[in-house]
Amino acid sequence: MKSFLRLLASVATTLLGLLLVTFVISRFLPADPVLAVVGDHASESTIAAARVRLGLDQPIIVQFWLYLKNVLQGDLGESIRTGLPISQELMRVFPATLELATVGTLIGVILGIPLGVWAAVRKDTYIDHLVRFFGLIGYSVPIFWLGLMGLLVFYAKLDWLPGPGRLDFGYEEIVTPVTGLMTVDTLIMGDMDLFKNALGHLILPASLLGYFSLAYISRMTRSLMLGQLRQEYILTARVKGVPERRVIWKHAMGNILVPLLTVIALSYGNLLEGSVLTETVFAWRGLGLYITDSIFGQDMPAVLGGTIVVGAIFIIINMLTDVAYRVLDPRAR
Amino acid sequence: MDKSPILDVEKLNIRFNTPVGEVHAVRDVSFTMGREKLAIVGESGSGKSQTGRAILGLTPGKVTADKLAFRGQSLLGLNAQQWREIRGKRIAMVMQDPKYSLNPVMTIGDQLLEAARGIKEGAEARQHALGMLASVRIRDPERVYRAWPHELSGGMGQRAMIAMMLMAEPELLIADEPTSALDVTVRLQVLAILDDLVKTRHMGLIFISHDLNLVRTFCDRVLVMYAGQVLERLNAGELEQAKHPYTRGLLACPPEIDHRRQRLPVLQRDPSWMEPVQ
Amino acid sequence: MTDWAIAATPPRWRKWLLAETPQSRLQARLSRAYLSWVAFARNPLGMLGLVIVAILVFLALFAPWVAPHNPLAGDLGNRLMPPGGTHWLGTDSQGRDIWSRIVFGSRTTLLIIFMVAITAAPMGIIIGASAGYVGGKTEAVLMRLTDAFLAFPKLVLALAFAAALGPGIENAVLAIALTSWPPYARIARAETLTVRSTDYVAAARLSGASDVRILFGHIMPMCMPSLIVRVSLDMAGIILIAAGLGFLGLGVAPPQPEWGAMVSEGRNQILEQWWVCTYPGIAISIVSLGFNLIGDGLRDVLDPREG
Repeated sequence: MKSFLRLLASVATTLLGLLLVTFVISRFLPADPVLAVVGDHASESTIAAARVRLGLDQPIIVQFWLYLKNVLQGDLGESIRTGLPISQELMRVFPATLELATVGTLIGVILGIPLGVWAAVRKDTYIDHLVRFFGLIGYSVPIFWLGLMGLLVFYAKLDWLPGPGRLDFGYEEIVTPVTGLMTVDTLIMGDMDLFKNALGHLILPASLLGYFSLAYISRMTRSLMLGQLRQEYILTARVKGVPERRVIWKHAMGNILVPLLTVIALSYGNLLEGSVLTETVFAWRGLGLYITDSIFGQDMPAVLGGTIVVGAIFIIINMLTDVAYRVLDPRAR
Repeated sequence: MDKSPILDVEKLNIRFNTPVGEVHAVRDVSFTMGREKLAIVGESGSGKSQTGRAILGLTPGKVTADKLAFRGQSLLGLNAQQWREIRGKRIAMVMQDPKYSLNPVMTIGDQLLEAARGIKEGAEARQHALGMLASVRIRDPERVYRAWPHELSGGMGQRAMIAMMLMAEPELLIADEPTSALDVTVRLQVLAILDDLVKTRHMGLIFISHDLNLVRTFCDRVLVMYAGQVLERLNAGELEQAKHPYTRGLLACPPEIDHRRQRLPVLQRDPSWMEPVQ
Repeated sequence: MTDWAIAATPPRWRKWLLAETPQSRLQARLSRAYLSWVAFARNPLGMLGLVIVAILVFLALFAPWVAPHNPLAGDLGNRLMPPGGTHWLGTDSQGRDIWSRIVFGSRTTLLIIFMVAITAAPMGIIIGASAGYVGGKTEAVLMRLTDAFLAFPKLVLALAFAAALGPGIENAVLAIALTSWPPYARIARAETLTVRSTDYVAAARLSGASDVRILFGHIMPMCMPSLIVRVSLDMAGIILIAAGLGFLGLGVAPPQPEWGAMVSEGRNQILEQWWVCTYPGIAISIVSLGFNLIGDGLRDVLDPREG
């Protein structure tokens, strides 16, 4: 229990740090923090009202306290471009990113773990080198460029897959948003054509993220596997006459499940980050595209709002992976 | 007791490819053994462990031999299926430290059951496992059956390990430094258990150790290995008449409680011991 | 079979570096570095990475002589020409030669990663070494700060910083550096903890050196080797983040060539004139791969257990 509380405290202080950083960015970096909030074309009265609301005449500590209070109550301010509350807009676009990141991670897990195991078992053979190189490319290639190449090859040249967007142009308005996940919502609507369309649009960006996830997961799986295959209990299992497949998938795998789980969680967090550039390339109306559109539109409050959400999720995932060890490892009980 | 040979080893060689060249870890080792307790004694690097592993086909090195046979069946060039028939079921091995040699995320019970896969199933297997735990003098077999390896002390873990390796009732047990990781008091208990089990089950036991004095009272015969070769072979009772200077050196090393010595003798290595034995 | 790296060393140096008993601390250190280099040189992939980076440096240094055309001004009559002829990789929407822009873009890339390195590393060292040296509450607070920053998403935060700071290469560098320093702080602290209780630090203190002098003169230099290794391992990631910033229009102002920005420029023409965004992306990938290969090679030399 005590360590759980300590973990909570750790997460809380890190989140506080994140908000401190975003606060500093919003107040200190732009030339005029008020204009950064209301935009260049605001009226005198709006500017004056904003100045009071931000508490710019108050000491810094008070300003930060006001900022904290607002954020914790879910008030991330208003977007300069649309005038709508940012938290509302973020909730609207977030499921799209969730859809991408989840499918991407699934791809990474389903393909990455077996590849990593295979490479470990066949260490130093050409299979091993192939898997490692395949993964290495994933660490070297810019995700936005690979996305463009994917569109070029599979959409423009081969015409196997549909282009950018979550559905063919114009159809997004038809779908009633229930969960916000296009595949699920079209299924709920019962429109099989739209569902297939949504699935088709999902393939390329999700595979892109899936590739990056696979690169990371296969590398970590290989490394973890190699660490286990050296251990003496593996020898014991072989001495007992346990078939090699079981030695790998029950004995060794059983011992890396917990670290692997944290790898998967971390990969999920990384994909949330990776979606920023992916969504931009695929015109995928999610959190990432929202952030980049806000950057182009010089809508700092929206940029920071999105940063807070992505940052918070990322931090929570990162820190929660600590808990997984403690809860799931029988030795720690 | 039937003393006819169950293991026949003739000119066993094990070679390793390392970045610094080929290492000839075991050189022309030959011996036979029956249902007796044979000790292979040597220091680290003498090749004793690799010899044991080679009998189970589990050495990463390259194995060549004129003959390597168990009960008439050759152990050279077997495929995975054939090895699965032998490992655990006819030849088994107990390793040094249960902290590492037991799977940390499987219960003792599950690991025991696994050793009997294909031989016994379900409730019968469970009963058999509990019986094995009792036969290694574990007082509460039910509790140990359900326990995780890290919950057991060194001695208990090693006894569980022995029980596990005897589940499929093998005829030959290789024990690779089975007591080296244990406290001295526990050591004698485990040795007594091994002795008892080997006798009642008419098994052969290969006891690999670095401790000559430990094995002289426990085993029937002793093989002394150095730098991959067998330097001397004796009956345990005749160790005092050992001829090879290395063996004599090993015998002289430990202090004795019944007479004084000014200085403990230090083993002087003679490079000629590395030469191929005639 | 002798290592080629040993064979390639002039005999006089070879003898000195491979000496069984070094005569000075300098000789011992250089000897160790030399042996690490020899071990690294055995790895063909690591050497490939080194070659790639060497080519990058070469292109950057000799850009004006290597590039066949002017990277900044183009002939509008030659817009969007496919690869071929004098334009090896084609031209972009303003008639500029893509290959020349890639060559000059190498300067931007090198400049960015160099500036990030000399900004983020000192930031990290100062925070980490101070924390490790002073200890107590200061150390706890500084390390808490470091751990917090370590948990932040690097790309998103760099985007936020860069968006707020505005365009320009210095702002991009600052944005990236502000998210890259935490690992260096960690390393610096770890090294400091080992070094601060050594005899020569005690001797320095006894001879009257102030804490600041000890920190900067003795302790921080000891952190350098691990830090240099870590920086090289991070290079690939920094390149990708910089390219990402460039892709989103944050960073170098046009018409200066920057590979990420070039990919973005070519986006609209991707269907017909695919070469405009393809080649800059290949350049980014190759350079990033080069640094990754070096990083893997270094890791194999320093911690071979990882397999």
